[in-house]
Order: sequence, then structure tokens, then C-alpha cells
Amino acid sequence: MSQILTEKPMVPSAVTESATGERKGLTRKEIVADHPTWCPGCGDFSVLALYFKLIEKRKLWHEKITTISGIGCSSRFPYFVQAHGAHFIHGRALPFASGVSLSRPDLHVFAFSGDGDAFSIGGNHFTHTARKNIKMTLVVMDNQVYGLTKKQTSPTSPLGFKSKTDIWGAVDYPINPAKQAISVGASFVARTSATNPNHVLATMEAAMDHDGFSFVHCLSECVEFYEGAFDAANPRKGGAFNEVPKSHDVTDEMAAYKLASADFPGYFGVLYNVNKPTKNAREAEINATLQGKFAGLKDWQILQKTFDKMK
Amino acid sequence: MSNATMGVPSSGGAQKVSRINEAVIRIAGNSQDGIQAIGGFLARLAGRSEQEVMTFMTIPSTISGGPSIFQVRIGSGEVLTAGDDADVLLAFYQHSYEGHINSLKKKGIVLYDSDHVVPKPEWQSDYHHVGIPISSLTVEAIGGTAKDKGKNIYSLGLIARMFDLNIPKLEKLIGERFTGKDPSILNNALAAFHAGYANSPSNVVETFQFSDSTKHGVQQVVMNGNEAIGYGLIAAGVRFGAGYPITPWTDIMELLRRELPKYGGSFIQCEDEIASVSMALGASFAGRVAVTGSSGPGISLKTEAIGWAVMAEMPLIVINVQRGGPSTGMPTNIEQSDLNIAINGGHGDAPRVVLAPANVEDCFYMAIEAVNIARKYNTPVFFLTDQGIATRIEAFAQPDLEKVCQDITPDFTPVASHKPYDLAAKDGVTPHVKPGTRILDGKYPIATGLEHDEYGHPSGSPKVHMLQNAKRRIKLQALGATLPLPKIYGPPEGNVLLVGWGSTEGPIREAVDRFRAAGDSVSAIHLRHVNPLPNGLENIFSGFHHVLVVEMNDEGLYGYGQLGAVLRARYCDAKIQGVNKTDGLTWKVKEIVELVKTKVRK
Ligand SMILES: Cc1ncc(C[n+]2csc(CCOP(=O)(O)OP(=O)(O)O)c2C)c(N)n1
Ligand code: SF4
Ligand SMILES: [Mg+2]
Repeated sequence: MSQILTEKPMVPSAVTESATGERKGLTRKEIVADHPTWCPGCGDFSVLALYFKLIEKRKLWHEKITTISGIGCSSRFPYFVQAHGAHFIHGRALPFASGVSLSRPDLHVFAFSGDGDAFSIGGNHFTHTARKNIKMTLVVMDNQVYGLTKKQTSPTSPLGFKSKTDIWGAVDYPINPAKQAISVGASFVARTSATNPNHVLATMEAAMDHDGFSFVHCLSECVEFYEGAFDAANPRKGGAFNEVPKSHDVTDEMAAYKLASADFPGYFGVLYNVNKPTKNAREAEINATLQGKFAGLKDWQILQKTFDKMK
Repeated sequence: MSNATMGVPSSGGAQKVSRINEAVIRIAGNSQDGIQAIGGFLARLAGRSEQEVMTFMTIPSTISGGPSIFQVRIGSGEVLTAGDDADVLLAFYQHSYEGHINSLKKKGIVLYDSDHVVPKPEWQSDYHHVGIPISSLTVEAIGGTAKDKGKNIYSLGLIARMFDLNIPKLEKLIGERFTGKDPSILNNALAAFHAGYANSPSNVVETFQFSDSTKHGVQQVVMNGNEAIGYGLIAAGVRFGAGYPITPWTDIMELLRRELPKYGGSFIQCEDEIASVSMALGASFAGRVAVTGSSGPGISLKTEAIGWAVMAEMPLIVINVQRGGPSTGMPTNIEQSDLNIAINGGHGDAPRVVLAPANVEDCFYMAIEAVNIARKYNTPVFFLTDQGIATRIEAFAQPDLEKVCQDITPDFTPVASHKPYDLAAKDGVTPHVKPGTRILDGKYPIATGLEHDEYGHPSGSPKVHMLQNAKRRIKLQALGATLPLPKIYGPPEGNVLLVGWGSTEGPIREAVDRFRAAGDSVSAIHLRHVNPLPNGLENIFSGFHHVLVVEMNDEGLYGYGQLGAVLRARYCDAKIQGVNKTDGLTWKVKEIVELVKTKVRK
């Protein structure tokens, strides 16, 4: 009956099934839902387009993915994707996504979040979801500002950024998301930028294939409230898109931390990638052990055994 | 010892044996003395002997232990409360003796550890004093090192002798309790028990024998309210939960964490209560109707997400083991002051279901009902208990588990099309189609906290907001129409109707019995479905001159208490008044009787 945690996680689920020739992968048209409500030019469009590409490329079906978000401009994401999705509350996408991941090993769980959503109100959840290594992919679209609430300082706003809550320029030290992710135990940490589509797609794909908590920090410009924030990372705007050096050992935590610490805009690509047992696997192990002790019994009979001891 | 009947002189001549229908035994000591264990043994013995039993305990609020009591009421007939006053007080220390002597009936027996207690001459005439050097006799029986562990079992032997309890059954219970441990522990326990049993102090003038139980052939299980909820949820088919520790909710999460894996499920300890409710909602969204819970401040933290569950129409069970509030409040005390947050907590118009089981057995069956309501109506269901029912032990007929247990494994059969928030749905009830389900027309739902159209896409239309608000309301009104009216305890017409909810059913009924025995016209109803209320309560109210709502919460700014205010709002009936208290303890029957008298006199 309820073997909820003992099924094998399905990596690229659709691939196997489509191999039978029964069902084709989805077309872009089939994945597109509402027209995005973002401002023209918003970096988030690019992330959405590449998510569609990922679904197409990897032949993921509607019912095999869940797109989950919190609140913010970036968190509007699920409405634009034709698949099961949830638009949850501000800052709490990760525990919600964890509930999906831990109870449904057959689904690909993608969470999309903003810098305020993930690192301010949801900061504690970021720490604990990463530390527990719960299988899912989190993409944070970092625009270094609160977009939806119209230009307040965010936890990633650089010192001196003039917002409506710091008209004289931000005075609080910003978070470096990649550094933070590594230090709290994320098993996959990558940085990308919405202005580099191929890089975004490759990064999301690597994240999806990671068995564990995969975190993609994606610079995504808010053209409305922080225009030009990432020009320094955009060769078309005179900046430099520095990829992670080929020589970097992604399993070396210290090296990854050092690389992640480089001054803005830093390095792009996979900074850290290690395999360690996921919480999903650990819980499944606990279940297998305990269920083994009651093999062959129906659920009511297991409960009966407990009740027999309570007489 | 109420209903003490004919004294039968025993063969020894000096001691008399009285047949009794019930007894209230209060054990007072420090929590580390294992007094809960004695109470637990007595409760389980009663359960196995087809007797009724109810316990009451206080937990010290500090971890290092401290004064604590455990009271057991065992009866051959119906037992509604743990008893106002004790027949026997077992006192381990001076503070136990002095602090609890006034909970003993006049002429009751105080059994005290004469190694620690110096009895007061002025109390000698009111209470029958029996001093026994319990500590030193335990040392004598099992040696010094084990004495702290054995004192309670030694005392259990004393009580067993005094009440002529079934020794083989008790030995078996002791055996079960200590199996698997070092055999010397079991041997010590049995040695202490037998030594206590063999000790027959010369000044015990009376021993007792319970009359035969009125129940026959009933297999009973014995557990506390928190356990009953945990197992009820498992029987209901719940296989996922998430929580964060807080007294007195913690026991439930510990139980589920330990038990659910046996059934292929999981309970996750989260970083806080917000994460817990969010994770549970994620699992519910994914198709596994999930449980979260808390007490006091943790409930406050969950309110935003519960509002989302109302808006997104997601099933969820929220267990609230109430304690004294506000803020950290009185963590180990009893209160029913979370009715308002359960019904209304959070912003916006967010109707949800609130259930309140009346006793331990009810905790088990109502947990199943809660799950089924949540599934059918896709709504969060608050399950309100309190510290009293959480820790009190009762015996009840063993459920027929084969019949009762449900399999609620989700169904992923493809559907042709799906409108998650269909405004044309009958009674406003729409099904939740889970991820994993193919929707053949290619239009997939978004579960959302934004006001939305029928597909779950955001809508700022005033008309849509009104219609969706109505949908969320109508489905609960439809549920209300299916709920049974509570049975009236006592005649359906009279002077006073007492209205209670949750854990207070026992003392309220006993108060009714006491009133009626004195010739007063008092009846009672007990509400287990608190939001929505069943329809037709006004017809019950119309049979009485006074409707008094008995609750363990403050009377509030306007004087009606929390449920009282709800009933007043619904029925606009001036005869509805509140009977309230917030002393952190369960109702004593005499308190209800006295407060009701003053209200009716006014
Ligand atoms: C509990 C709560 N507090 C505040 C808000 C208001 N709010 C909505 S989005 C947001 C910040 C969004 O910033 P970010 O996460 O960076 O997303 P962006 O809009 O920039 O993509 C705030 C403060 C809210 N919805 N809920
Ligand atoms: S306000 Fe900024 S983040 Fe929001 S949609 Fe517009 S450009 Fe994008
Ligand atoms: Mg932002």
C-alpha cells in the first residue's frame, strides 16, 4: 500500500517512456501557459524560456514536473508553465517543495524564487533544505532588489544601492548566495546569468540531473528597479562573463568556497558538486528497515500489533 | 470512595473489606519518582479488567523534574472525570503531603512515606493517616542503588493490597513493561512490588474490593489522548506529517516519527512551525493528505500558511494541543483559549473546519473523521485538544481495526479536463487533482494563494473574488448541513442547558448528574463540531431558560467566552451566557456547579 518513500527516484522520467514510441515530448506550445506579467526586458523571461527548453529537450511531461514558488515577481513563474504547479507564500517555497519531494519520488521538483524570497524571509529554510540535502532544484532569480514591492533593499543589494528603503544607499552587507549555499551544505551550487541562455540551460540541466539539493544562483536583471545591475557580467555591455576555470575541482569544498567568494561578478558555472545521500534516500532506508520487520502484514495488522501492547 | 457499600468483616477480624464501585487515588511526589508509571499500571489494569478509568496528571514545567501528581479514578461503572477529590492520597514528600491533603476527601486515607513526611497533628482527626517507611523498605527489598526506581513499584504493591487488585495481571503488566531490558531490572521491580504487597501495616483498618464491572466481554485498549490522535491518523491512512517540538504537542510528533515508517510513511522534523505547515501542505498538494500540529505560539506561526490552504483549497490536518496563552503563556497548563484562532486565525475571510474531540476514544475516531472531511472538502481542519486530554489515560473498547483502517493512497487516473476552482461545482466542492495526474486537454491547475479564476490563474476581478469567497464558504455550509446535532444529556427541556466543547465533557456531565440528584433541572450538550456548527441548535436552546457555555477561557471583553461569543453571534439569544475560568486546571465538578448557580441566580 503506501510505499511512499520506497519507490526509486525517476531520473529523466519521460525518456524511458518515450523510447517505447508511445508519447512524444512536449512542444513549446504545449508547455506555455499564461503570458508572463513581467515588465518587457525583465531577465526572468529568459529563465522561463530556458525552463521550457529544458522540458522540451529532456522530454519531461506535464504530469511529471511540479513548479513551485513563493512570492515575488520571479515567483510568478508557475502560472506561466503548463504543468502542475503551486504558487505558495512568501519565503516558504522550499519547505513546500520538500513536502512534494519527500512524498513523491516520481516527480521532478523545481522551485523558483527571488533574492528576498530565498535569502531574507526564507533564509532559514534555505539553510535547512540545503543541509538536509532534499532532492529538488532551486533556481533563485537574483535581481538584487525587491521587484514586486517596487524597489526596496534586498539581502543581495550591494552596499550603496539606492532603494526606497535606503535613499542614501544600502548600508547592510549583502549575502553572497553561492558562498552561503556551500557553507550550509548544499551538494550542488552553480552560478549563471539570464543574459547567457546556453549557460542557463546547461546549468539547469546539470542541476536537474544532480541527485540532491541543487541550487542555481541566476543573475536576472530587474530593468524596472535596478537597471544595469549586472552589466559587469555581460560582455555585450562591456563586462566579462568569466566561466569557472576548467581546472577547478567541483568536489573541493574549500576551492569552491574560494571561487564563490571572488568579487562581483565572479565566476559562472558549477562551483560545487558532490554526491552524498539525500534525505529522500535516508528516509527510504529507515522505512525499508522498519517495513521489513512487518513484511507481509497489512497496515491494520501492524496497528493491531501496537494496540495489543496497549491493553 | 463513592458508593461504598456494605462493610464485610474480613476473616482476620480487625480489617474490614468494603465493596466499592470506584476509587480516586492521587499519587503526589516528584516527576522523577516514576509516579506516572504507577498511574499507568493502574490505568492499564483497569482497562484489562473491563473497568472504566480516567487519569489526570500535572507535568512540572521545568525539565529537572519537580512536584508532580498523577490521579487515577477507576470505576466498575461509568467514569466521566478523574474525580474532584481523592479517596486515597499517596504522598512521597512533605510538600506532597501538605500540598495535596486538601484534595483528599474528609476521612480519606493518606498513605505517606514516613521516611520523608512528618504528619501534622491537626490533620489527624480529618484524615486517616497510614505512615510507611516506603523509601527504607524499598532499599531493604531491592538494595540501595535501585531505590529511586523501585519506590513507585513498591507503592504499587501497597495499593494492590489495599484494593485487592489482580496480582497476576499486575505482574504481567510489570513484566511487559520491563521486557527486553536487563533481567535484573525486571526482577528488582517484581521484588519491590511483592515487598509492597506483603507489607500490611497494622493500622490499615479497611481494604477494598471493586464490584464487578458493568462491562462484559469488552476488550479495551488503554492510552492517552495524544496517542489516540497519532494512531487515529495512522488508521485514517495519513502517511506524511511535519512538525516542530513544543509541549504538549511533541508526543504526537514523536509517535508519528517513530510509527509512520512502519507503514511506508514519514514524519519530518522541520526547522520551525512555518516550515512544518508548509511541508505538510506540499505533501497534501502532492496527494498525501498530511498532518502538522503544534501548541501555543507554534499555532500562531502557522496561520499564514493555513490561510493559503483555505485559498488554494488544500486538505490539511492541523492538530492544536492547546495550552495556556497568550505568548509562551502557561506551557504545561490546560486552557481552551485557541478556539478563536482555530476558527478565525489569519487574515482575510478564511473559513475552515474546527473539530474538538470530547475524550480519548473520540481523539481516535475523530482523527479519522477529520482526515475524511479534509479530503472531501479540500480544506484545512483544525483538531483542537488540550493539555488535559493529551495526557489523560482512558480505557476504551478496542477499535475493529480491519474495518476502521483506510487506504487513502492517491489516485492518478488521467482526467479529461480539470477546473480546480470550478464555480459551478455542487456545494462548492471541487476535487484536488494531484501532480502525477495527466490532464488530457493539456490545461494544468496551479494551486494558489492569489485570488484566482476557475483554473487557478490570478484574477483581480471583484466579481471573481466575491464568487470564490462564496465558494469557500458554501462548501463549509454544506458540511454543516450534514453534521449531527449533539445528543442532549438529560431531558430536552428544563431550566438550564450547559454547553461545552472539547475535553470538558466529563466534568460537565458529572455536574449535570449532581444537579439532577439535588432536584435541579439541568441538562447539557457537547459540541464536537465547532466550526461549522451543526444546524438546529436553536431548537435545543429553545427548551431551556438559560444556556450556559462552560469553557476554560477568559470571559472576554463582552463577557461570553470564545464559544459563547460564537453562539451569541449566530443565535442572537440573550439567554446565552458564559461560565469561564482560566486557572490552568481541568474543571472540578463542584466549580461548575457553583459557577452555574451564581449565573442562574443573577
Ligand atoms: C509575509 C509577506 N511579507 C511581505 C510580502 C510582500 N512581498 C511580496 S514579494 C516581496 C519581495 C520580493 O522580492 P524578491 O523575493 O527579491 O522577488 P522579486 O520580486 O525581486 O523577483 C515582498 C516583500 C508578502 N507577500 N508576504
Ligand atoms: S519589476 Fe523588475 S523584476 Fe519585476 S517584472 Fe519588472 S523588471 Fe522584472
Ligand atoms: Mg528580487
